[in-house]
Parts: sequence; C-alpha cells; structure tokens
Amino acid sequence: MFPLTMLNCLKITNNSGGLRSDQRASERGTLDMGVFKQLSRFYWPGKLKYLILISVVCLAIATALGLVQPYLLKYLVDEVVLEGNYGQVPFVALAVLAIVAVKSLFGFFHGFSGGRLGNLVAYNLRKALYEKLQFLSFQYYDKARTGDLMSRLTGDLDAIRQFIGFGFAQLLNLFFMVGFGAAMMLSMSWKLMLITLVTMPFLVFAAFRFEAKVHPAFREIRKSMSDLTTAVQENISGVRTVKSFAREPFEVEKFSYRNDQFRESVIGTSLIQAKYFPVMELLANLSVVILLAAGGMLVIRKEMTPGELMAFFSLIWYIIGPLFGLGFHINNFTQSKAAGERVLEVLNQYIHVKDSPKAVELKAEEAQGHVQFENVTFAYPEHGPALYDFSVDAKPGSVIGLLGPTGSGKSTVIQLLLRAYNVKQGQIKFDGKDIRELTIESLRRNIAVVFQETFLFSSTIRDNIAYGRRDVSMDRIIEAAKLAKAHDFISELPLGYDTVVGERGLGLSGGQKQRIAIARAILQNPKVLILDDATSAVDMETEHEIQQGLREVMKGRTTFIIAHRISSLKHADEIIVLDEGRTIQRDTHQELLQQSGRYLDTYLIQYSDHPDIASGKLMKREVANG
Amino acid sequence: MTMPAVNPEKQKRERFVYQDDDIIEKRFNWAQLSRLAIYIKPYARQLVPLLVLMMVLGTVTKLLVPLLLGLAIDEVSGASPSYNKLWTYSGLIAALFVIQWGAGHLRIRYTNMIGQRVIYDLRAHLFQHIQKLSFRFFDKRPAGSVLVRVTNDVNSLQDLFTNGVVNLLIDCVQLVGIIAILLTLNVKLGLAIMVTVPVMFVLTTAVRRRIRRAWQDVRMKQSRINSHLNESIQGIRVTQAYTQEKENMAYFDHMNTENRKAWDRASMLNQAFNPLIEITAGIGMFILFFYGAYLIQSHELSVGLLLAFITYVGNFWEPINRLGLMYSQLLVAMASSERIFEFLDEQPTVAEKKQASELPPIRGDVSFRDVVFEYEPGRPALRGVSLEVKAGQTIALVGHTGSGKSTFINLLCRFYDPVSGEVLIDGTDIRDVSIHSLRSQVGIVMQDTFIFSGTIRENIRFGKLDATDQEIEEAAKTVGAHDFIVKMPNGYDTQVEERGNVLSMGQRQLISFARALLADPRILILDEATASIDTETEVKIQSALKKLLAGRTSFIIAHRLSTIRNADQIVVLNHGRIVEQGNHDELMRYGGEYHGLIQAQYRFLEEIS
Repeated sequence: MFPLTMLNCLKITNNSGGLRSDQRASERGTLDMGVFKQLSRFYWPGKLKYLILISVVCLAIATALGLVQPYLLKYLVDEVVLEGNYGQVPFVALAVLAIVAVKSLFGFFHGFSGGRLGNLVAYNLRKALYEKLQFLSFQYYDKARTGDLMSRLTGDLDAIRQFIGFGFAQLLNLFFMVGFGAAMMLSMSWKLMLITLVTMPFLVFAAFRFEAKVHPAFREIRKSMSDLTTAVQENISGVRTVKSFAREPFEVEKFSYRNDQFRESVIGTSLIQAKYFPVMELLANLSVVILLAAGGMLVIRKEMTPGELMAFFSLIWYIIGPLFGLGFHINNFTQSKAAGERVLEVLNQYIHVKDSPKAVELKAEEAQGHVQFENVTFAYPEHGPALYDFSVDAKPGSVIGLLGPTGSGKSTVIQLLLRAYNVKQGQIKFDGKDIRELTIESLRRNIAVVFQETFLFSSTIRDNIAYGRRDVSMDRIIEAAKLAKAHDFISELPLGYDTVVGERGLGLSGGQKQRIAIARAILQNPKVLILDDATSAVDMETEHEIQQGLREVMKGRTTFIIAHRISSLKHADEIIVLDEGRTIQRDTHQELLQQSGRYLDTYLIQYSDHPDIASGKLMKREVANG
Repeated sequence: MTMPAVNPEKQKRERFVYQDDDIIEKRFNWAQLSRLAIYIKPYARQLVPLLVLMMVLGTVTKLLVPLLLGLAIDEVSGASPSYNKLWTYSGLIAALFVIQWGAGHLRIRYTNMIGQRVIYDLRAHLFQHIQKLSFRFFDKRPAGSVLVRVTNDVNSLQDLFTNGVVNLLIDCVQLVGIIAILLTLNVKLGLAIMVTVPVMFVLTTAVRRRIRRAWQDVRMKQSRINSHLNESIQGIRVTQAYTQEKENMAYFDHMNTENRKAWDRASMLNQAFNPLIEITAGIGMFILFFYGAYLIQSHELSVGLLLAFITYVGNFWEPINRLGLMYSQLLVAMASSERIFEFLDEQPTVAEKKQASELPPIRGDVSFRDVVFEYEPGRPALRGVSLEVKAGQTIALVGHTGSGKSTFINLLCRFYDPVSGEVLIDGTDIRDVSIHSLRSQVGIVMQDTFIFSGTIRENIRFGKLDATDQEIEEAAKTVGAHDFIVKMPNGYDTQVEERGNVLSMGQRQLISFARALLADPRILILDEATASIDTETEVKIQSALKKLLAGRTSFIIAHRLSTIRNADQIVVLNHGRIVEQGNHDELMRYGGEYHGLIQAQYRFLEEIS
C-alpha cells in the first residue's frame, strides 16, 4: 500500500508527550539543529565514527562507479563499433562486469556498515533510555503515559536508527548523484544538458507538493486506524456489557462507521498518489522525449556522437531518480529530527529524587524501623496540598492505621516514606535520621510495600514472589505464600509455583493477585511493612485469614495499614483518620469508638448488617459517657 | 523437603517470561487463497475489467518505448537521417507517455478502490461474525488476541489486495512482454540473455528465504523487548520500591544485545541481496556488450537496438525481484488469513433457532428445571438446579466462590445453554425465543462496569438508544449519580475513557445503575454490583437499589447481609447444588450452611468490637 519506511516515520508524529509545554518550547528553540549534536554520544564515540565514514565513502564510490557504465556504452558505440575496432570488445565487456562487481561490493560495504551503525545506535539509545526510565521518579510517571513512552522507545528509536544508518548517507548521496551525473553530461554537451533538464524544476516542485499533501493524509489514516482499534478493543473488553444489553446491532453500526472512515481515508491518500505519481513519471518521461528530439537533432547535425546520446539516456535517470525521492528524504530528515527531540526529552529529564552526596547507607542489620513524620506538608506538582501538617511517631514494631476516603492523603503518606517524592516542608525520619540523608536504595530495601493496584510481572508466580531477592530458597517462598494465604490456590494450579502470570499469562482474580503481592512483601523481610489497601479485593473471610497470617509477620516490624474496612485496622496501635489531607481523628480503635466522628460513622455503616453488635457498642458508649 | 534455591544466573536470563507471538508466516495454500478470492467477487464485473485494461495498457505502452527509442537512434545515426522521422518517433513516444500517465492514474485509483472495499468487506464480515459468537468463544481468548485479528491481520492482507495482485499481473505481463520482444528483435541475443533469468530466480528465492527468516527473528525479539518495556513502565513503582533497577538493567542488556545481533544478521543479509542481483545483471550486461558487439559486427543487430536491449535487460530484474517479494508477502498473508478464517469458522455455541419467536413482554416468572451445566466437560458447575421464582420477587444467591452463583445468572441471560434441563421465563423455554428479545428485557449490573470512551451521556444512553436527554437525567437522578455528574467540568458531556481515571469505581458503578434503570428491564440481575464501592458511596446506592428493584423480578449476588436479608428468597448454593432455600429468618432457624456463614461473619466482627 505505502512504503513501510514512510509509515515508520509517520508513526511518531502525534505523540505530544507527557511534559509541560513551556519546557518543550524552550527546548525547541535551542535544539533546532543541535538534536543530532546532542545525540552524537550515541553515534560518534569509538569505532562508530569510522562506520559513518566507511558508509558514506563507500556509497560515494559506488555512485561514481555507476557512471562508468554509460561511459563504457558510449565508448563501445563511438570508439569500437563506429570505428570498427572490434578487437577491444572483450576488454569493454569485461570492464563492464568488473565495474559492476566492484560497485556492488562497495554498495554492500555501505549497507553493511550503515546497518551496523544504525543497530549500534539503536542499542546504545535503548540502553540509555531504559536506564533513565529505571531511575526517573514517581513524579515523572504520574504524568507520563505508557503508550507515549513506548512510541518513543520503538517508533522514534527506529526513525533515528534508519536516519543515522541510512537516511543520512542517502541524503548526501542525492547530491553526489545529481552532481556526478550533471558533471558527466556537461562534459559531453552542455546545451543538451540544459535542454534535457528543463522539466526538472517542475519535478522538484511536484515532489515537494506531494510530500506536503500526503503527509497529513497519512496522519489521517493513522488516526482513523486508531479510532477503529479503539472501537474493536472496547467492544471486546466490554463484550459482557454489550451482550447483556443485546447491543450487537448498535456495535456493528458503530464499527461500520469507523471501518468506513478508515477506508475513505486510505482511498483519499491513494487518490493523492494516483494524482502525483503518474504526473511525476510523466515529467520525467518528457525529458526523455526532449532528449530524443534535441539529441537526435544534434546527432543528425553531427554535433554529437550516437554513443554520447545513448550515454545521455542512461545518465538522465541518474539525475531524475533522486529528484523523485527528494521530498521524501527531506521529510525523513525532519521526522527523525523530531524523533530525536522526543528521545532527548526523556534522556534529559530531571531526576527529582536522588541520593545526596553525603548520603549514608542504612544497614539492614542495624535498622530498627522507627519512623517519624514531623509536621509534613506536601503538595503534588501543580496541585493543592495533598497532606497538611502530618505527624506520626511510629515506634519500632508498632502498627499505624490510616483511614479516609479516596484522595484524603493516605497513599501520599506512604509514597513520601518511600521517598518517591521529596518533602519540602517538615521532615521524615527513619531511625532518627532524615531520610534524605540515607541512600535511596538502602532506605527502600528496608521497606516493603503492597500497593493498592497490584502489579504482577510476566513471570512465574515463584519469581513474582521472589522479585527483589535472588538468593532465596523455595521453602521460604512457600512459607511467605502460606502466610499470605496464597499457597493453597497456587498449589491447585497445574504448574503450581511455575505458572506464568502477568499480562499474557494466566488470569488471576484481584484477590489472588493481592495475595501474591503480600507474599512478595513478606519475603522481603523488611523493617517497615506497608499495606496500601492490600486486601480490598478479597472477601471478608479470606481477609480475616490473611490478617491472622500477617499478625505473625508484623511482629517486630513497623507496619502501616491503609484500609477502607474497619476490620483491617482494629489492631493498630494508632489509627489516623484523614480527610482532604488533614488529620481529623487519631487514637486507638477502642478510643475512637467512644468519640463521635468519621470513624464511628464508618463503623456504624459497616456494621449495620449486624445491628446487634453495633447497638451493643453504642450502648456501651452511652453508658461510658454517662 | 528442601527445594533448590533459585539459580541467580538463570534468573537473570529468565527473570521474566514472554510468550512469542503467533507464527508470522505459513505455507502456501491454494484453498485459502481461493477463499480470499471470494471477497473480490462483488467487484469482478465492473471494476476489475477496467483495472485489468488500465494495467495492460500501461504495461504495453511502457514496453514499446525502448523499442521506439532504439529505432529512433538508428534513424539519427544512420546514413541518411530524416528530421521528419525523428519528429514522428518523438511524437509517438510522447503519445505513449501520455497514455501511460492516464492509465497509471486510473490504475492506482481502481486498485485502491477495489482493494480497500475488499478489505472493508472482510473486516466488516469478521466483526459481525464475532458479534454473533458466544461467551465460550471470549472465555478462552484474551481480548488482545481477538483485537489483533480484526486490526493487524486484516491490515496485513491490505497489501495483497491492493498492490499485490495488480503487481503480480503487471510483472507477469512485463516479463512475458520483454522476453517476447527480445526474442523477436534478435533470437540469438535474446536467448543468450535468457541464461541469466533462471540464475536470478534461484538466487532471489534462496536469499530471500534466508532474509525472511532473519526478519522473523528480529520481529520476535522486538516483540519481546516491547512486552518487557511496556511492563517495566507499568510496573516501575514496584521495581523502585523493591530496588530492582540494576537487576532489571542487567536483564534488559541481555535482551537488547540479542535484539541487536538479530538486527545485524537481518540487515547484513538484506544488504547482500542487492549486490547479488546487481552482479547477475552485470553478467547479462557482459553478454550484451560482448555478444551484441559481435552481432553488430556481423550486421545482425543495430546500435539502436543494442540500446533497446540494454534498457530491456535493465528492466528485467525488477519484475523478478518483485515476484520474489510478492511471494514473501503471500506467505505472511497466508498466516493472517488462516487466523481470520479460524474465527470465521467458529460457530456460536448459543445459537438462535431458525423458528425462534419474539419473547413477549416479560411478566417475570422464572423457573430452572433440573439444570445441569459445565464450562469444561467433566467439571460441572451446576449439578441439577431447580428453582421457581414468582414475578416481582427478589432472590439472593449466596455461596462461596465457585459455588455456581454466576453460572446461574449466565444461564438465565442465555450466555450459555445448559447441558441438560431447561430455563423458562413465563413458561417459555428461553432457547425458543430470539436472543435479542430475551436479553433486551433482562438487565445486569456487574462488579466490573464497562465504561465506553465517549461522554457520560452516551454511556448511560447505552441502556436505551433512543432515550431523550431528559430521560437520561431522570435515570441519573434516581440512582443518585446526577449530583457528581453535574459537578464534572462538562457535566453530562464530559468525556470518559475505558481506563481513564476521570471516574472513581463508585461513580462508574452509579453510571451502570443509571444505564440499567434506563433500559427498564423486566428482570434485573445485580452481580456483586456494590463490591468495589467504598462504604460511603454504598450507603447512597442502597436507596437507589430499592428503587431499581421495585416491581421487577431480581436476582442479587452480594456479600452485604443487609441486601441479602431483605430478599424474598435466599438460595444457598454449594458446589453447583441448591443446599438451602428460604427467607432469612427461616434459614437462620434452620441452622444450616447459611446460618454458619452468618455466624462466621459475626465472629470476625465480634472480635473487632
């Protein structure tokens, strides 16, 4: 349908990136031509620069050798045939073969070194990007979209690979071809050259017009394809909903519309091609006609030899060929420049959270797990404060419960403790030391988290539980799974702990995933354990069992529990109730039940199923209050 | 029992497991090709003949040009050249070019018009067929694998249907034309040149096969890298919290290196291809120069015709090369079409009877008579369930995971058909009525609500396509969703997305309640509909629920006892059988499984208070 290379370049146009626009704008001003300069550390060091050199020089030689054949043809006709020196024929013929062989050899060298170069550049870039992505802070990921990052790592990277490996040399070669070809024509007849090339400006114009038109058209195709994909994807993911409402006809109609849009955009693009390609071909062909008429005249007048005219016919394609692709190559260049910008944007991203120069290591053997928040106020970038004046003193081995609706700041507390963000007001201490004075790695190694949204990697259940620990025995993995109440269902799987889970693996229920994540945290053997709504997806009975397991695990560790259910929090040494970032209540379960407020309200709602228990509690409270 | 520790070196390599994609190409298969050809049939009468005409016209004119050029050169370099003849040749060639221009323009137009219509038809056919398929089909496939069939697999046929077929014809005509012309012009030289053709053919097909395999390897490695990248971005928080950055880097470096090596191999083979072709063409050129000059000497050939020969031979390898490419393309198309046909051959397991009647408006009596069902043979999910429900009753289904609650509901909606027994609504077997008339009267609200990308209004309207804006707002008010909707930046016109976090879980659930209410079903099913909602929202929903249930037969699966307690009938399921049945008080007095369940919950709660 359309050249693949073209598509690849086009793939990258609509990523707007996850960054602030002012940042992009300021970068654009300085980047302009500097993109490839900034990228030079990926294609210049060591032997890489020689690869570039070899690739370009070999291509130039191959191009120059290509001119020899028309010359040999001229020689054959003028000097051999017309002069009757047939004895030279074998030499001319062998020369043709030799030239072709040498030319193709140089062509191969060019392609080989260009390929190597491009692949090394892609490797280096990908490696650098991956490393950067490993260390970018949560702050970056809050805004970044996976799809956008992926397109930088794939489409943009390939555009750069293609341009540095081949596009660049070919762009240069364009000038070689036109230059060499014109020079050779000039050497034979400057008049004929000028007459022949009269259609050239029109051809160049048409080539540029075509690029300008076809570019937005391809974007249109991509957009309608992505609309079509969304329609199908939603239809399949929502198949239960669709079928239960018997909405198949509606879905077919919706799909037909998108399908039609896609077809029309492809046909629209092909109409542009149908208009321009034959015209460009005609323009090129017309110069052949002009060449024949004018050149024929010159030959008849004996101002030119037949051999020269024949050479001209070969040479003309030398000049016209590159002009066909001029628009494409220029476009290729701007596209890969844009791709380079987007890649650099990631590479130049500031890492917000990093070790301070005098950071010390927190030794696992010495860590106590004493966590203190002292008057911490925190706001996410470009948002109002998420946490106001928050303080807590979690002694080693204590349990802190956090309760509050979505957006109340519970998760912020634990993210700050992990140092996913830097605190600007107040401070957080681990064993009495400000966490900013500890190395991030050693801090995090002493903390294990079970996140609200469970993430399992495409790997075996065993490796998912062992994530973060290599030197661990199977016994310990099973022990952790047992404590997390995951062992039973894992053992029932045909492959047990070797079952591959994750995106493309076996589908597990939300509750099962959570239990694997809990086992993962248990295996870490941390000083501080954080459970962020870790049992939301399991039913009450299972939660109860998990908690019994956890109670054992929590011994000797400082634990933070975030939960909706009162039943998960009741054993905490201190329960903090948050609302819109403010601490509105804090005490033990028993004490909080004696106070009217959010905690008691939540309790009453949750226990309304069992009015007897709840009312019993209330009565006690009334008695207590007199 | 001590199991071996995880080997660190092995883990570094196999830290993650990525399954490879489906096989990218298949062997050539005529049956499949002819099945694909059916899609061209509708256009075979009007457009295809025009296309063929344009194609032949374009190719023939193109073939004539070098011959005329050769004759013209002979004319001008001859003993008594004539200007008139030169002008005639030039004019003739110009005319051929103009015809070629027109034919080219129409050819590209028709090609794409036919090709894109065929693709459209194929895609539409596939999608419509998938809509007819039953749950069993979707159960065993991840959504992504279905999606890929409708998008990528169909797209990969696009090339075949547009340029592929046309180019095949053009190339054949061109090849035959060139051979014919060469043999006509000069049999000896023509035959001598023909020697290179088989060489070229063998070379291109052999090298191309290796190139194809090499690129397949690249694609496989690339897709692994992509899977890992995608996953490592999504799981970055876990990676950082567990300080696995460096380990991941080591793992990725291995992957990245493998990928580079595959690329190096493929691009080297790719680069070797052209020189091989060029050298073979060079041999042809050698023969031309050598033998051509000899023939000129013996006056069997003219200088002009030598030029014509050179041009033709130069055009020779192009069609041969493209035919090779075309073959690779065809193999990829084979794999894609096989996957597409695999779906088209799937039959819905829940099929409508030919004489299926419309289900009249439901009163709401439901009965299950000795219903047996199994998802997989030998693993029964329902083992003979019988239940009578009067119109307007609320039934609560209680039981552990896997007890058969959801299966019960799936059968009621006829998402599956029972293995034996029957499901009746108002005394009619639901297999005797049309699926649409059944499902449009049965509403279901699920735990994981699906939100389509679009506005909130459109999402609610999904329940009743011709609902007015007023009806939509009414429904939203009734379920208590109106308040949060009007607070959104664009109110009912706020754009939401499937995975976007514009809406909280609770809000999504409220929207799905509004959707169900708008549909006004006669039978309503709530399948864990409030499980993922936080306590405060749930209180709000409770009152909405009452309104929703009023006057309808309803089935509820829920954890919360307050919802269950008020049901007219509580049905306790265990391992696919109804073990208890009655209202709350009766079952509590009975002291069986239900009583046990309630007691267990009590105990946990007691411990707390």
